[in-house]
Amino acid sequence: MFASEQKVHFDVDRIRKDFPILSRRIGDNPLVYLDNAASSQMPTVVMDAFGEYHRNYHSNVHRGVHTLSQEATDAFEKVRQKVQKFIGAKEEREIIYTSGATDSINLIAQSYGKTFLKEGDEILISNMEHHANIVPWDILSKQLNLNILVIPITDEGELDLNAYKNLLSERTKIVAVNHVSNALGTINPVKEITQLAHEAGAVTVIDGAQSVPHMNVNVSDIDCDFYVFSAHKMLGPTGTGILFGKAEHLEEMPPYRGGGDMILSVSFETGITYNDLPYKFEAGTPGIAQVIMLGKAIEYLDAVGRDNILAYENELLSYATQRVAEIEGLKIIGTASNKASVLSFILEGIHPHDIGTILDFHGVAVRSGHHCAQPVMERFNVPATTRASFAFYNTKSEIDTLINALHEVKEVLG
Amino acid sequence: MDPRMKQLYQELIIDHNKSPRNFREMDDSDYESKGHNPLCGDKLQLYVKIDSENIITDVSFTGDGCAISKASASMMTTAVKGKTIAEARTLFHQFHDMSTGKLDIAEHPHQLGKLAIFAGVRDLPARVKCATLAWHTLDAALKGKEIITTE
Ligand SMILES: Cc1ncc(COP(=O)(O)O)c(C=O)c1O
Repeated sequence: MFASEQKVHFDVDRIRKDFPILSRRIGDNPLVYLDNAASSQMPTVVMDAFGEYHRNYHSNVHRGVHTLSQEATDAFEKVRQKVQKFIGAKEEREIIYTSGATDSINLIAQSYGKTFLKEGDEILISNMEHHANIVPWDILSKQLNLNILVIPITDEGELDLNAYKNLLSERTKIVAVNHVSNALGTINPVKEITQLAHEAGAVTVIDGAQSVPHMNVNVSDIDCDFYVFSAHKMLGPTGTGILFGKAEHLEEMPPYRGGGDMILSVSFETGITYNDLPYKFEAGTPGIAQVIMLGKAIEYLDAVGRDNILAYENELLSYATQRVAEIEGLKIIGTASNKASVLSFILEGIHPHDIGTILDFHGVAVRSGHHCAQPVMERFNVPATTRASFAFYNTKSEIDTLINALHEVKEVLG
Repeated sequence: MDPRMKQLYQELIIDHNKSPRNFREMDDSDYESKGHNPLCGDKLQLYVKIDSENIITDVSFTGDGCAISKASASMMTTAVKGKTIAEARTLFHQFHDMSTGKLDIAEHPHQLGKLAIFAGVRDLPARVKCATLAWHTLDAALKGKEIITTE
């Protein structure tokens, strides 16, 4: 694994050896994986945790006094503390295991939202949200007759902070925005957003799906009320994610789903007593191996260092931004001054799906489509974009391959 | 250049993409149908005119889409114009089966003619829908027409 003392030189060749998939080929070409915002790839240590769990201590958690169950429970619970440190939460019980960012947001909407909001209240979301941070609020707003207001974004793809200030009022109860936009790469000033929301008496829900893998995140410093993310975008497995919530809120919120583990006792005579935090929100047998793998992914990211990752990815992004400028008719969608390693673009007269197919012929994996952020497409008046999103295991030479392939796209379809 | 690339983006497809035929609205159509591929946002509006003998006398389309879907729509309009509904439906089934790999055009007889150029999409599952969107839209339009005529 990457040693953290190597600060000066980012040893990407060494890092790449930890990711077996990076040496596979697509047809005759080496894979160039630039779809990291959809799902990142997995280092061997994370994969191995799956095998080790199933070989050595596969059993249910919180249920048995036998050795296997204790070991599984131990490994599973230890990750909670890792996550707590990873995002700077104050308490371990503020970390809830979920099935992903989407699940976490639905939990907040249906548990917090349904309990504390009432008819006429307002929820502010932004024009650059992923559908996961739109639809749960829409469902809630129909249940309770709430109003959803949309914070506009500028032509550069930055949140319009003045408009945001004007939208805030005593009716605002929830402000839900992403930390980093998956479609544009914009890094939002979530600390300032939270401070303004709090002044208006609202809570903030920060969608951190795209931020956590790429930069240091401290929820205590941001002071947000909720923060959510998914394991599969940060070197971990699919189907697993995290909800961070301030204990003061989680304590007051009713359970979201009922079942085993989330109760202390069930009796047809004396009724049901719910379990304490965090278990109150964790009904049923969770993805035990997946949570343990998430723990390994955190260890891996910590060893590389997210400040190193951010610096290196910034280098990749500026190199890619500079190189695509040589392609005539290419327009970058999302030019915020503070951006994560996402390069979304359109090519005049050429549909993103044709670009995606031709790039795939070169082994280059990008995403073409609306990125589950259709309001962003509407805002920029495009049906879809092509998105290259970089991770710390990508290289400048892979970006060169992307550029060469784009030249061929132009040759064939331009 | 990748051989799959040469097979998929052939001159004819590129030509129909750049200058699509029958690419216009139709005021006096007998039937209109909308095709939508939500995955890529492709939208297609199809206009069909059918005479008393069930012959497609005119067909046109508008909309926006990738090269494959646009070229496929364009070539479809030229292929079905002048054909009966039954003939057009046969073409639809053959085109559909070719694109999804159910019909091996090298082995079995077919009436696809130039439309066989789209055979390459069968190896690209993500693009099958692009090639067949126009045909599904036509099928829907013809079904609507049939309902009207059988009433
Ligand atoms: C910004 C953002 N929010 C939420 C999600 C949803 O994540 P998941 O599908 O893992 O729940 C994604 C994933 O694409 C995302 O990019």
